Amino acid sequence: MATATHTHDDHDHAPGFWKRWFFSTSHKDIGILYLIFAVVAAILGIGLSLLMRIELQNPGMQIFADGQMWNVAVTAHGVIMVFYVIMPALIGGFGNYFVPIMIGAPDMAFPRLNNISFWLLVPALLLAGGSLFVGGAGTGWTLYPPLSNSQYQSGMGVDMALFSLHLAGASSILGAVNFITTIFNMRAPGMTLHKMPLFVWGMLVTAFLLLLSVPVLGGAITMLITDRNFGTSFFDPAGGGDPVLFQHLFWFFGHPEVYIMILPAFGIISHILSTFSRKPIFGYLGMAYAMVAIGVVGFVVWAHHMFTSGISVDTRAYFMAATMIIAVPTGIKIFSWIATMWGGSLTFKTPMLFAIGFIFLFTVGGVTGVKLSNASVDVILHNTYYVIAHFHYVLSLGAVFGIYAGFYYWIGKMSGKQYPERLGQIHFWLTFIGVNLTFFPMHFLGAQGMPRRYPDYPDAFSGWNMVASFGSYIAIASFVFFFYVCYRTFTNKEPVPANPWGEGATTLEWQVSSPPPFHTFDELPRIR
Amino acid sequence: MKNGRTGLGMRRTIVSRLAGGSALAGLALALALGMTSAPALAQGAQTAAEVIAPQNWGVNLQPAAGPVKEAIHDFNQLVLWIIVAITAFVGVLLAYVMWRFRAAANAVPSRTSHNTVLEVAWTVVPVLILIVIAIPSFRLIYYEDRAVDPEMTINVTGRQWYWHYAYPDAGNLAFDSYPIADADLKPGQLRNLDVDNPLVIPVGKNIRVLTTGQDVIHSFFVPSLGVQKYTIPGRTLETWFRADRPGTFYGQCNQICGQNHWFMPIVVKAVPQAEYETWLADAKTRFMAENGVAPAPAKVASEATATAPGTAQVAELHR
Repeated sequence: MATATHTHDDHDHAPGFWKRWFFSTSHKDIGILYLIFAVVAAILGIGLSLLMRIELQNPGMQIFADGQMWNVAVTAHGVIMVFYVIMPALIGGFGNYFVPIMIGAPDMAFPRLNNISFWLLVPALLLAGGSLFVGGAGTGWTLYPPLSNSQYQSGMGVDMALFSLHLAGASSILGAVNFITTIFNMRAPGMTLHKMPLFVWGMLVTAFLLLLSVPVLGGAITMLITDRNFGTSFFDPAGGGDPVLFQHLFWFFGHPEVYIMILPAFGIISHILSTFSRKPIFGYLGMAYAMVAIGVVGFVVWAHHMFTSGISVDTRAYFMAATMIIAVPTGIKIFSWIATMWGGSLTFKTPMLFAIGFIFLFTVGGVTGVKLSNASVDVILHNTYYVIAHFHYVLSLGAVFGIYAGFYYWIGKMSGKQYPERLGQIHFWLTFIGVNLTFFPMHFLGAQGMPRRYPDYPDAFSGWNMVASFGSYIAIASFVFFFYVCYRTFTNKEPVPANPWGEGATTLEWQVSSPPPFHTFDELPRIR
Repeated sequence: MKNGRTGLGMRRTIVSRLAGGSALAGLALALALGMTSAPALAQGAQTAAEVIAPQNWGVNLQPAAGPVKEAIHDFNQLVLWIIVAITAFVGVLLAYVMWRFRAAANAVPSRTSHNTVLEVAWTVVPVLILIVIAIPSFRLIYYEDRAVDPEMTINVTGRQWYWHYAYPDAGNLAFDSYPIADADLKPGQLRNLDVDNPLVIPVGKNIRVLTTGQDVIHSFFVPSLGVQKYTIPGRTLETWFRADRPGTFYGQCNQICGQNHWFMPIVVKAVPQAEYETWLADAKTRFMAENGVAPAPAKVASEATATAPGTAQVAELHR
């Protein structure tokens, strides 16, 4: 499909260490910075989940001093995993690194903007982490007032978390502007929109979702900041405000946000399945426009998070119907992935294992989503562990599997050092068993009515909680094992060819050396 | 009482009716997906008060105590079997593809990348499945919305961290319901679930529930009655339930509300009408005295405290 002529006289003009990593304008270096950032944040976010699972292993208060501390940990886990692990890894990391290469562009459209997008995240994470030491935000990541008002969460913790979100939001908006401009204007000659790799499609839709939803979050948390600090009462009924208004604003952002986290992973999975089936993607246009449809419909379903918030029954009926419609494009994707594998010649390298695992687990998370979309059943499942199971299946087992799949698929390309295959497969199985053991029992807990965000629970919930905790220890052990895999990868002396995966890998990144030269293309590739 | 559980027979019937002959085949998977009926442990006569609380190792919804939850059960089973079937279908397809088209068995890949019939099929069939789900679901949300013919009203207010119940039909009867601290649990009482003053309702009455908030948002959630509504400051929300059998039904606050979010359980006690009226008469003297609504001679107040030794004061400590 694509060829790149590569004349290259080995004058890479790579800047020195300080200039390269701190004032970087290279999309590849910024992508790597994002990935390192995501791993550092993941240590924090996953560390918090370890504390939470230790607390929940047995009934009674175990290691947390009180409920407020617990709520702070729950909130920090959510915010860190969403804003500082999954988004930076998928969008900032793989997006920055591979979108320009895949469309045959020399770099992102606005390299300096790209630099500030990344560096805004560093103070954002410091604010989020720092808030833990000044009382934290015991509100849940949804930040619903009145609980997040100064009367109930005094001190700087919530303010720091809000400013942290503001910075992360600004970073996302700038990144989105950059991606949209790059993808629309900098495609190589011959790369029409309908020839664009699906990962780029995923990133394009994601960028639009970010651009349209994050400003709404910005508005909501700005109002919350002024409510907290400057005497306004946007969300305070005593002053004529309305707590439910915040819920609408938050979820107008929050629901597209979940697609922001999964669409890039969709793209990665498509590439990997095609590569390791040695077969072109089945139903390319359907796949691309399914993502567009998910993005568009994703904007008009937000109040399904509010079925018990007192929205009228007709409104519930509408949001229920709209939400169920999303199952259709999602089904198209699942079946097209299977059809991509159908008739192929499959090899089960680590990225492929993660991709197939992704399809199955995303299906499980997807069908529980169909159940939850029914306002009629959501009445007894809302805010229970059933919801926790659902969104961890699509995020912790969906988006995170997408990240791991992308890591194993591209690490040879990015670092010039290939991962050890056997260790990669061990890592897959450890992770697969661990996360399923952690999250599957949560369906049972939720069906039995266990509410979320509880540090201590009635004794009857203890059985499955213990299973989930042991599962999480396996999952966390697999995360530690991942560092060993990284260590073995980066100390691997064997050089990686431009295309280690064979004829199935057709996108442009496999035409350039591993790692790509500092300037990827000296001459723009021409797409036939 | 801790393991008390009855009334699962009805749900078993639904399962077998829906699943039909394929019940056995599907059962293994449904167990894996974890939402099929636990074995029914019918115990006690139908008239005996039952206790519906979460069960250790329970995998399915709590039993139904009233018509709203029964309707939810029926619908839940329908959706459950559909999603189990879809998951099994995808799982089987994946397993087949992985086995049949592994490189060793299929060295030369096909180049097929389009099949219009298939693509239309996997767009249209899910739409049809969704319609099958949506029709009963729409009917159910309108049924759940509010009581057609409410016979009494209860006002529920969530407060940090206890519940406040008011019976506007019974004068100014209103009282607080506090959880019982671990140290004060009596034998048979459930930790983190039992309260000093349960919400007492008559069996068989359609009860309108109006929820309001006072400090932060809480959620009034009783799984076995099929009811959940936020309590939001500045708003009054309406829902309803009915208990068809006498019993004690447990629930918990289900929206993060601060420090003791985990420690504000809900107990609904359904009693026959006569017993309810006795309770009402007693409660009026007891709580109105405590609340100072009616003239409150010191003697009555102290008696009220004496009837519930310890619990009230200890619960206060958790405020």
